[in-house]
Amino acid sequence: MLAINSVNTYRIPQKFEYYKPRDLREALELLNSIEDAKIVAGGTDLVVDLKYRRVVPKALIDVSELSELRFIRTDGNYIEIGSAVTMQELVESEIVKKSLPLLAEVVESIGSWQIRNLATIGGNICNASPAADSVPPLLTYDAELELASLNGPRTVSIEKFFTGPKKTVLERGEILRSIKIPLSQQKFGWSYVKIGRTSFDLAKVSVAVLLRAEDGIVSEVRIALGSVAPTPVRARTTEKSITGMSLERAAVRASELIVSEIAPIDDVRSTAWYRSRVAKILVRDAIWKAYERFLQVGDKNEDQV
Amino acid sequence: MRDFFKWVTKMKIKFKLNGVVTEVEVEPHETLLNVLRDKLKVKSVKYGCGVGECGSCTVLLNGKPVTSCLVLAAKVDGYEVVTPDYIAQTHVGKIIIDAMLEEGAIQCGYCTPGFLTTIYAAITKGIRNIEDVKRALIGNICRCTGYINVLKAVKKILSETK
Ligand SMILES: Cc1cc2nc3c(=O)[nH]c(=O)nc-3n(C[C@H](O)[C@H](O)[C@H](O)COP(=O)(O)OP(=O)(O)OC[C@H]3O[C@@H](n4cnc5c(N)ncnc54)[C@H](O)[C@@H]3O)c2cc1C
Ligand code: FES
Ligand code: FES
Repeated sequence: MLAINSVNTYRIPQKFEYYKPRDLREALELLNSIEDAKIVAGGTDLVVDLKYRRVVPKALIDVSELSELRFIRTDGNYIEIGSAVTMQELVESEIVKKSLPLLAEVVESIGSWQIRNLATIGGNICNASPAADSVPPLLTYDAELELASLNGPRTVSIEKFFTGPKKTVLERGEILRSIKIPLSQQKFGWSYVKIGRTSFDLAKVSVAVLLRAEDGIVSEVRIALGSVAPTPVRARTTEKSITGMSLERAAVRASELIVSEIAPIDDVRSTAWYRSRVAKILVRDAIWKAYERFLQVGDKNEDQV
Repeated sequence: MRDFFKWVTKMKIKFKLNGVVTEVEVEPHETLLNVLRDKLKVKSVKYGCGVGECGSCTVLLNGKPVTSCLVLAAKVDGYEVVTPDYIAQTHVGKIIIDAMLEEGAIQCGYCTPGFLTTIYAAITKGIRNIEDVKRALIGNICRCTGYINVLKAVKKILSETK
């Protein structure tokens, strides 16, 4: 966190209105009728931004208690997660543990217990930080985002959702309703590796991998990275190139190719040079780790993504 | 439209504070930490970093530990809040404090209410494994003790609670 002591963080140094709508429709009507209204869910990003005056909204609309955004369900084809489900609820969800082990592992490492009890998955996505930890796993899952507005719902693939740091395709009047993850009949090995100052800190570079192999040959692989570009990145070119290769070759080749798919920057947490170097190593390690997991999972977890 | 939703700039919230129904007028920009300390005079809740990183402001919100510096007071309408001064009076709370004192897990004491609250939440949730308690305490920072004595205290607490 940048210059913690340069402002007094005890109070929020600005005024705004606060609304707690009773249902999603009311939330959407409010969002439509008030110029410069901001959605607040857990507030773990937004309240910090308010304290530092990085956002100056006229009103906050609290969606954290809306039952229409607070569910985890599955119909056998999809797992759908409401946007206001908290990280700790994901950690404790049997459905997530059983069918989305990569996501389960990642959310467990987010923030602290106190933060996970507040932080929502929708907030993590909509805040659109290139370092958001839940996003690389969701990219590898080919997650779809269900957006709600008074004009009706629309679905956007998570790969198309981010347009830059703190920027998304969300239009004025839209709320992220849920995240839909298609279930695969195939079982994958998975891994998430991240380099940060501490696990509690935001990542400098992170890599998520889902992988299947047959006789030591990569049969399907999905790779996504955080903190290496203005948005989280799905490394499609690398994935295509290494499919069909032996694990040894695939890991080396991925490490070479990955630099062409990322655009890291210098910032307070790290430098572009360091991030490129680390991304190469992490991709290699993540592929091996996913392969090891693949060998371990055996024939269990049929309906795991 | 506006009348229907009530334009909220000042509002009365009603919540259970340590089991007692409490009503207080808050403004939307006030955090739970602000209201607890300044309006309700609950000084056991400490302000450290103000941005969710240190855990000294930890309270239980509907039984779950949260950083009160990031919770908008207006949200808390209808919730149950438990603060460290109340926890200190409970049976488990006393065991925690005694163990922390005996093991030297307190020096300046500023972080202690937060540790007390998170450890209490972990124990009452049935977390029995030292590694799991350690993970639960990631969000509590202590500038003085270096954590070794805190962990010694946790071991003692685990052996003295069931
Ligand atoms: C101490 C600390 C540690 C942290 N550690 C991590 C970490 O390890 N990894 C990590 O990824 N993040 C971390 N974070 C960041 C933060 O906790 C997460 O990004 C969190 O998931 C945000 O969710 P929220 O519900 O609190 O969002 P909020 O702060 O409520 O909202 C964030 C943004 O999303 C918008 N928004 C929220 N919900 C919706 C919706 N349904 N529709 C449309 N817009 C919406 C809001 O308008 C706002 O712009 C940390 C934060 C703190 C304070
Ligand atoms: S003051 Fe709330 S976490 Fe530091
Ligand atoms: S005892 Fe001083 S901060 Fe922990």
